[in-house]
Amino acid sequence: MTTLDSVPLETGENPAGDGSGIPPAPPRPRTLSYKPIRPRDFKPSDVGLLLAAAAAAFSIIWIVFDQLTLLSGEFGFVVCWAAVFLLLYWFVNFQLYGRHVAIDRFLGALVTFGALCMMTPLVLLVVYVFVKGWPLLSWNRFVQTQQGVGPLSPASKGGFAHAIVGTLEQVALAAIMGIPIALLTAVFLNEVGGKITGAIRVVVTAMSGTPAILAGVFIYSIWVLTVKEYSGFAASMALAILLLPTVTRGTEEVLRIVHNDLREASAALGAPEWRTVWSVVLPTARSGLVTSILLGIAVSIGETAPLIMTVFGAQVMNANPFRNPQAALPLVVYQEIKLPQASAVALGYTASLVLFILVFTIFVLARILGSNWLQGVARGRSKSDGNDASDIEEDLMSTVLAPAMSMDRGDDRP
Amino acid sequence: MSTISPPQPAPVRHTPLKLTVSRSRADRVYRRVTWVAAVSTFIILVLIGVFLYLRARPAFEHMGYWGFLTTQVWNLSGPHPTFGVGSALVGSIILAVIALIIAVPVSICTALFINEYAPRKLFGFLPLKGLLTSMVDLMAAIPSVIYGLWGFFVLQSSMKGLSRWLSDHMSFVPGFKVQTPVYTSSLLIAGTLVGIMIMPIITALCREVFSLTPNGEREGALSLGASRARVIRDVVFPFSKGGMIGAIMLGLGRALGEAIAVSIIISLTFSAPNHLLQPGGNSIPALIADRFGSGGKLGAAGLLAAGLVLFIMTLMVNLVAANIVARQAKKRA
Repeated sequence: MTTLDSVPLETGENPAGDGSGIPPAPPRPRTLSYKPIRPRDFKPSDVGLLLAAAAAAFSIIWIVFDQLTLLSGEFGFVVCWAAVFLLLYWFVNFQLYGRHVAIDRFLGALVTFGALCMMTPLVLLVVYVFVKGWPLLSWNRFVQTQQGVGPLSPASKGGFAHAIVGTLEQVALAAIMGIPIALLTAVFLNEVGGKITGAIRVVVTAMSGTPAILAGVFIYSIWVLTVKEYSGFAASMALAILLLPTVTRGTEEVLRIVHNDLREASAALGAPEWRTVWSVVLPTARSGLVTSILLGIAVSIGETAPLIMTVFGAQVMNANPFRNPQAALPLVVYQEIKLPQASAVALGYTASLVLFILVFTIFVLARILGSNWLQGVARGRSKSDGNDASDIEEDLMSTVLAPAMSMDRGDDRP
Repeated sequence: MSTISPPQPAPVRHTPLKLTVSRSRADRVYRRVTWVAAVSTFIILVLIGVFLYLRARPAFEHMGYWGFLTTQVWNLSGPHPTFGVGSALVGSIILAVIALIIAVPVSICTALFINEYAPRKLFGFLPLKGLLTSMVDLMAAIPSVIYGLWGFFVLQSSMKGLSRWLSDHMSFVPGFKVQTPVYTSSLLIAGTLVGIMIMPIITALCREVFSLTPNGEREGALSLGASRARVIRDVVFPFSKGGMIGAIMLGLGRALGEAIAVSIIISLTFSAPNHLLQPGGNSIPALIADRFGSGGKLGAAGLLAAGLVLFIMTLMVNLVAANIVARQAKKRA
């Protein structure tokens, strides 16, 4: 748009259609009379422009904000700075390059600012959790419980060993209950199908947005009120409900990427449907499956709301998830940070740090496994270099063909 | 037309050959098992509604359906307990609106930045695109209790200046008028925090929708000389309008249901919220998280009734959103 509007083009002479019979001269290549400015070009002078606009906006806001109107607060300062910067940046580019480049650069700066706005809370939060929690972290936290920790205890007393045990047990039970159903549902949605596929997919999406607290309220009404006892098992049922849609959606996406060629090859070899899924589809998607399962677990470890009405929390160690209230790591954070005692708040901070590290570790693990898998798929896709594509074929050979080939051999034997 | 009609051929019944698929017993079992698993997700959703209703009946019988929805107080002591979700319902909606106002522009900007502007490798080595995607996903995985902790101790104090400015200069806006200059534990702060918490889900979904824009159209616009801004305005947005609405509605569902972070920040008050900047407010999930275990049998039934109201509200929003997303996906395929 920027360049072609009003630029005179030197077109080659093209006398086609005059009927003179003279073969038309080969068209000369079109050349522009001057070098076009493309909005994407970003020369060193443009970097200077950007910095200058930012500095000018900063100075203006500093004078207006701090000196003239005596406002305060970093939050307002940054917002005003960004607004003035965007205006200035648009204006300068408008003067230098015209409307189209100006709008493009303005939008680029705006979008970048939005992305920065989004990342800032994440960075601040991570830094805050580490700064507050790290100095108070000690080995005692991992081996002690809150037993005998009173309001007058020093901040270093007490630990959350009981909460770690509780959380691990609850999440493990939730995974055992939720993941098989999630995998089977995903297989149904992607491999089997039927009239209800669309409806189930919508239900799963809607369920993934169900508030976490409702899972707790549901288990409370159906289980805790019936057996009249809080337990880790009740919590794990609630977590399983929350885990289910997340893992289902992740798994379905992973299964969708598996090549149809593989399924067809397996079917052509006479493998029954369950065999195709079990020996071809699932193994091919193996590390993608691990990723989606781990992500589901990472999210369910941190859920707090459903725990309030299912495990209830405890001060002492209770290693049996099927009887009596248990503690859980997120619940410890929730219950302790609102208390006024130093020991309680310190425990809350360290517990939140441990919780974050736990979630982060699982998350990173999932990412690493997932990225390896993605590379594998990318390699499998590019059929041109047969060296890598043969990987999956070999897999197929060993899993599906092997029984068939051995059978052949048996028949051939005289 | 000739007078002699040609001999009519005997009518042939064209019945298509029936294809029968005969599956082995193992395959039938496999199909049945996966079908049961898929239906069980649906059954769980139905069970949630049914059981909440059954257990919440005492509360509805005590207060009446309309009375429960409109009563603002939550008073379980005394001979005549009265309770309802009137104030919590309004509070939830206000919180969700504030959260969306904050989250939607930032999320769409981030999604556009990741999809359209971010270089694959910044300075030749930093994989900016992948890094940002991972960070957005990490934000979605961070436990809400940690958001609550951070919001209570950090966000609250850093938003004091904004709250004061709003109350000083914008007091003509309803809700910004402040009687006593205390700016903590307010609906605005809780709403901002919830907005930060729903940003990752909206961003991830919007990004997915944007990336489905057909490349042919995109390249066509670029080859006509359109700048990236024009491509976004004239190609990306028109193609992803429906998906964006779906993403925003899923974010709305999350915002309506956030319990822990809200209950950490806000101090529950049981009156129709007429201010956004002062302490006090209410929301259904925060009410459930905060009042759980108090008020005896009737109190528990009341909380379950509140849960039912929340369930119906979020389910409707989510079902509509999921439908929009599903239809959008089908259109692409």
